Amino acid sequence: MLRKWLWFAVVSMFAVSCASAAGKNSIQIKGSDTMVNLGQSWAEKCMQDDPKNFIAVTGGGSGTGFSSLISGSCDIAMSSRNIKEKEISLAKQKGVNPFEVKVALDGLAVVVNPKNPVDKLTIDQLAQIFTGKITNWKEAGGQDAVIVILSREVNSGTHVYFKEHVLRKGDANSKEEFAPQALLLSSSQAIADEISQNPGAIGYYGMGYISNKQKAVMVAHDEKSPYVAPTVENVMSGSYPISRPLFFYANGEPSGLVKKFVDFCLSKKGQDIVVQTDFVPVSR
Amino acid sequence: MRKFKEFIIEKLILLCGLASIFFVLLIFLFLLKEGLAVFRSVTPFQFLTGRSWYPISEPPQLGILPLILGSLMVTAGAAAISIPVGVACAVYIAEIAPAQFKEVLKSGIELLAAIPSVVLGFVGMVTLVPWVKSIFHLPTGLTALSGSIMLAFMAMPTIVSVAEDALYSVPKSYKEGALALGATHWQVIHRVILPAASSGILAAVMLGIGRVIGETMAVMMITGNSAVIPNSILQPVRTLTATIAAEMGEAVVGSEHYFALFAVGIVLFVISFAVNVTADLFLHKKVS
Repeated sequence: MLRKWLWFAVVSMFAVSCASAAGKNSIQIKGSDTMVNLGQSWAEKCMQDDPKNFIAVTGGGSGTGFSSLISGSCDIAMSSRNIKEKEISLAKQKGVNPFEVKVALDGLAVVVNPKNPVDKLTIDQLAQIFTGKITNWKEAGGQDAVIVILSREVNSGTHVYFKEHVLRKGDANSKEEFAPQALLLSSSQAIADEISQNPGAIGYYGMGYISNKQKAVMVAHDEKSPYVAPTVENVMSGSYPISRPLFFYANGEPSGLVKKFVDFCLSKKGQDIVVQTDFVPVSR
Repeated sequence: MRKFKEFIIEKLILLCGLASIFFVLLIFLFLLKEGLAVFRSVTPFQFLTGRSWYPISEPPQLGILPLILGSLMVTAGAAAISIPVGVACAVYIAEIAPAQFKEVLKSGIELLAAIPSVVLGFVGMVTLVPWVKSIFHLPTGLTALSGSIMLAFMAMPTIVSVAEDALYSVPKSYKEGALALGATHWQVIHRVILPAASSGILAAVMLGIGRVIGETMAVMMITGNSAVIPNSILQPVRTLTATIAAEMGEAVVGSEHYFALFAVGIVLFVISFAVNVTADLFLHKKVS
């Protein structure tokens, strides 16, 4: 909370001083909370490379990003979902022409203890496990043991994504929730630690946290489709089901500093930052 | 001139004294202002007795009964462990221990108070949690019991030092009188000293419990944080404090979730206020 405001204060003070000194050398980026850290790392690096640039990154959610882009209060909207038809028509009315750039991918691994014999699950099984409809591993092809559900805290974008795309299978009208008995842990690392010492536990997190103390489960859309392991290659090719592209949306073809920044993000250096912040680089 | 200096210092000290009361008032007013806003969307009854806590769903479900019960269960467990052990320890220090050993024990207990709660939580997570899991054959060791044991460690120093003070302040003549009448040492402790110090010991217990209810970090790390109504101490629970700590960082300012967290803060404030007032009543009873 405090950090957010502090960041905001620093950014706004800096923005004022820069705007007066450098004219159009500053851009505003707004949107997805999932991408805030990634965006900030990019911005910091880009500003280090050329101190004349000023790039401010704030969160608020993908929807907030689009509404700011449409109202003209930001130059780039970060989004962890595609722009909606409604948003495009609204933008057209205001004379804004959203231009989409895929900047990174995000893959979520479902992990269990290496002692657990289960090594593949369908999305449907995952939904039933995490909503508490299946409570014993033997119903999912494992031993007779209670399933311990581990989830991130509700403040996590990963929590929300997992709920919307696995529990609710992308259905906006679905009311499915995590089972109340799910353990909510405050970090991905805490989930990784608990998984490594608990043979009955199942959890999920960004692929960056997988180590040999946890086993990543292969996931399939349904029983007929192939089971796919969460690897960088499979996320890049789009065959791993629990992954999503992360986008930048600019107003029209990027130019000036916006173009410079987008190019930087897609460059080798920019994509290395993607890997460092535990996302998956886009295939290029 | 000296008088003037005296006057200035006196007023300065008065100001400091008033400041703390002023701050408490301000904090409470702020809590009320932010927290009561949640009752525009839920009734107080729904809020306090609702069984589901899904603050970020659409529409959010804000029922804190599981959180209240979680806090109470962890606290009750910690009290059940720390009160007998703490009071016994205080009796030993005040009455039985030889003078040298007494000093060692006292400083040891003060050291226990100096360990930051996050360190205790971390130690608990890697040692106690697997241990609880294997002893009770549980699916997970992140349970209310683990939290209770860890919190008992945190309440112990308060209980021991306040209770020891209370035992120590029992007039020597009581003890001497009882011994002169032919009572054994145990009879003196059990029948004379403990009853004479009872209000001070109760105050010690209350202060210890107050510390346990407000504790956040260790609990968040080892109780599992699942917002389900617990029916045994061997289940994961989510406490009021952990909920605020875990969720405040990302709650959108001005959202129902944000106000709900402040309302949780009010509930917590009311509980610890009640505990502290009770402790105070007992302490003052001792003086009169």
